[in-house]
Amino acid sequence: MAQIKLDQEQVKRVKNYAKDIADSVQKNVIDGNSSVSVERTVLRLYGVDGTDEEGTPYPNLIVDKLKEKDLLSKGVSKFFAASMLASKRDAMDTAELICQGNILFGEINEFSRADIESKEIELSKEALKTLDSSRIHKSKKQEKTPLPEQPFKYMIVATGNIYEDRTQAKAAVSSGADIIAVIRSTAQSLLDYVPYGATTEGFGGTFATQENFKIMRKALDEASKKKGTYVRLVNYASGLCMSEIAACAAIEDLDMLLNDSMYGILFRDINKKRTFVDQHFSRLICSRAKILINTGEDNYLTTSDAIENAYTVTSSQLINEAMGKNSLLTDEQLGLGHAFEIDPKVKNGFLFELAHAQLARQLFPDAPLKYMPPTKYKSCDIFFSQCMDSMFNLASVTTGQGIHLCGILTEAIHTPLMQDRFQSLSNVNYIFDTARDLGDEIEFKEDGVIAKRAQTVLNETEEFLKKVNDIGLMEAISEGYFAGIKRLDTGGKGLDGVFLKDSDYSNPILEMLEKEGTING
Amino acid sequence: MGNLIKPYGDTIDDGIVQLSFTLPVTNGAKAKKAAEIYANNLKIEDVTIAHAEEIAEGFTYFVIFGKASVSIDYDSVKASEVSTEFYDYYEINSLIKEKINRKVNVVGASIGTDAHTVGIDAIMNMKGYDGDYGLERYPEINATNLGSQVTCEELVESALKNGSDAILVSQTVTQKDAHIRNFTELIELLEAEKIRKQFLVIAGGPRITNDLAIELGYDAGFGAGTVPSQVASYIVTCLVKE
Repeated sequence: MAQIKLDQEQVKRVKNYAKDIADSVQKNVIDGNSSVSVERTVLRLYGVDGTDEEGTPYPNLIVDKLKEKDLLSKGVSKFFAASMLASKRDAMDTAELICQGNILFGEINEFSRADIESKEIELSKEALKTLDSSRIHKSKKQEKTPLPEQPFKYMIVATGNIYEDRTQAKAAVSSGADIIAVIRSTAQSLLDYVPYGATTEGFGGTFATQENFKIMRKALDEASKKKGTYVRLVNYASGLCMSEIAACAAIEDLDMLLNDSMYGILFRDINKKRTFVDQHFSRLICSRAKILINTGEDNYLTTSDAIENAYTVTSSQLINEAMGKNSLLTDEQLGLGHAFEIDPKVKNGFLFELAHAQLARQLFPDAPLKYMPPTKYKSCDIFFSQCMDSMFNLASVTTGQGIHLCGILTEAIHTPLMQDRFQSLSNVNYIFDTARDLGDEIEFKEDGVIAKRAQTVLNETEEFLKKVNDIGLMEAISEGYFAGIKRLDTGGKGLDGVFLKDSDYSNPILEMLEKEGTING
Repeated sequence: MGNLIKPYGDTIDDGIVQLSFTLPVTNGAKAKKAAEIYANNLKIEDVTIAHAEEIAEGFTYFVIFGKASVSIDYDSVKASEVSTEFYDYYEINSLIKEKINRKVNVVGASIGTDAHTVGIDAIMNMKGYDGDYGLERYPEINATNLGSQVTCEELVESALKNGSDAILVSQTVTQKDAHIRNFTELIELLEAEKIRKQFLVIAGGPRITNDLAIELGYDAGFGAGTVPSQVASYIVTCLVKE
């Protein structure tokens, strides 16, 4: 593959800045805190699911009970383990008994510390087994139906009705899609619980529920068999329930999650601390269950200019990578994001796009980069839109991107119709085939437009990361360094769900995941 | 009879239209015939099925050409555009300085469940759209962009707090005509609070026409391709008139 000559010392410097930035957040924000969502995740992984008659999920009810008693800072794990010792029943029955008030929840003196700890360890080992089996299960499926060639063709479905989504997804796969993303109902990122069961109504998308995950994964297993290659399923772990969604996704063998370190903070006004704390646990789960993450850098360019602010994308990719590594994700799991969003009227805009895509490719050689199609300048003239997508497809295959989000010619008009997806995939299939090895045949001129542009972005990135590192990421976000959006430490949704861990806090799942490190195979 | 018109291909009154659609049937001779008959029923004659392809099991996609048989009298067509003179960035700022003598306050948002900020950003963000500066750039305008998924209540509250002269509402991508419901909800809320007359209320988005906006109770509507200075011109012209 053609390479732009980059100063490897400079690459090391920007990676080191990103690592320092990530380490500081890990040490000062993540390690000392937990959140209601993290605790609910522990319960889910211990086997708690379902809702009461009013539809409130049991994990929420139980964590809220502990919060009322002012005991949450010790973590839900030991209290739930004690309740299981008391009930002598499984996790589901115990959860129901707790919520019906038939077990004195929060009282643990009845049992010895050692007995409780050993129950916690037993439950946590089971939880890790669940994550392991998801990883192993997916790997086995991919032996039978292998992964297709990169760039993987990523297609969205978004009807609001999971059964209708299933039909749309199968149609998309038969047209050539390798990855199906079920767009979430738009308000879901702000819900502080995970909805339950199969759902048939949503707003601009379909609710992410464990049952919906299961229904779609099953449909895609059938589609994979028919296609002969493995079709991946994507959902969204952003918002107030990052780690809970990650747990539900792992249980149902999902393959990818949108999981960005800063997206929720900037674009959904979710509190910083809450996001970083939830994100770490969610990524540990992804690491263990081999779920790829996708990051959301493309969003910067829908609000900021794609040329002027290209360095914010590169900087955020570096930060996402460093934070991902702190949560044990491997390079192959980092779907770092970027986008083809330069104004089509800019002269040589395509050369700049190639420069940006190639820079990302070279900075993260083993990461399956997530490449977003044009959206901001998409025209309502669908024929022109199709031309823009063709150029995007060409940039993607030439620079060897990983996860290719197929552009839709009606992007600026409506959620995709069946025929829109077909048009989109015909375009992608044609260009990927006709230009498959172009990237291996060309060289970038040493002092040409493309090489110079990549160097400029890298220089701006270095300068920017140095500034962020000097004041710290939390402060940099407060001052509007990213996407021009200012978010204060004490602002945003979900801060009241964050708490300092007591010296007596326990979360053996988190501890084991951190201690056992990255596990492959 | 007035000025009759029909679509133009390469000869006046040839009526040529291109059309694409999907039928829920398996591809084959029968499917093609069905597409032809369907087009005939849409009053399209001399149909050519240029392309037919099964794009999913039991769904066939068609691209067809034909001659539309319907003509309309152009003289009887009535439609409006926002009627105002359009000024540029500098003219607008000096108009505000000279004729209004205070800063103009504008609040904008994408309401309801629409997560797309493209439309409202194009008009409000510093950068603007198509080389035309956004409202945030205007020294004489205080522009507040609330972003996406804003409830009507939040938008109205912000408009009252900021003493807004104008409220800009955008709807970009919605399903099943949700944009109509969302637009209506805002007007109903303003009317219920008896504050509709306090603001210029302006709708925007790819599926908006000025007529639709006015029918929904807005002062004006701007469709795809609108640049910020057009919206600013409209706001300033209205305020000067007052």
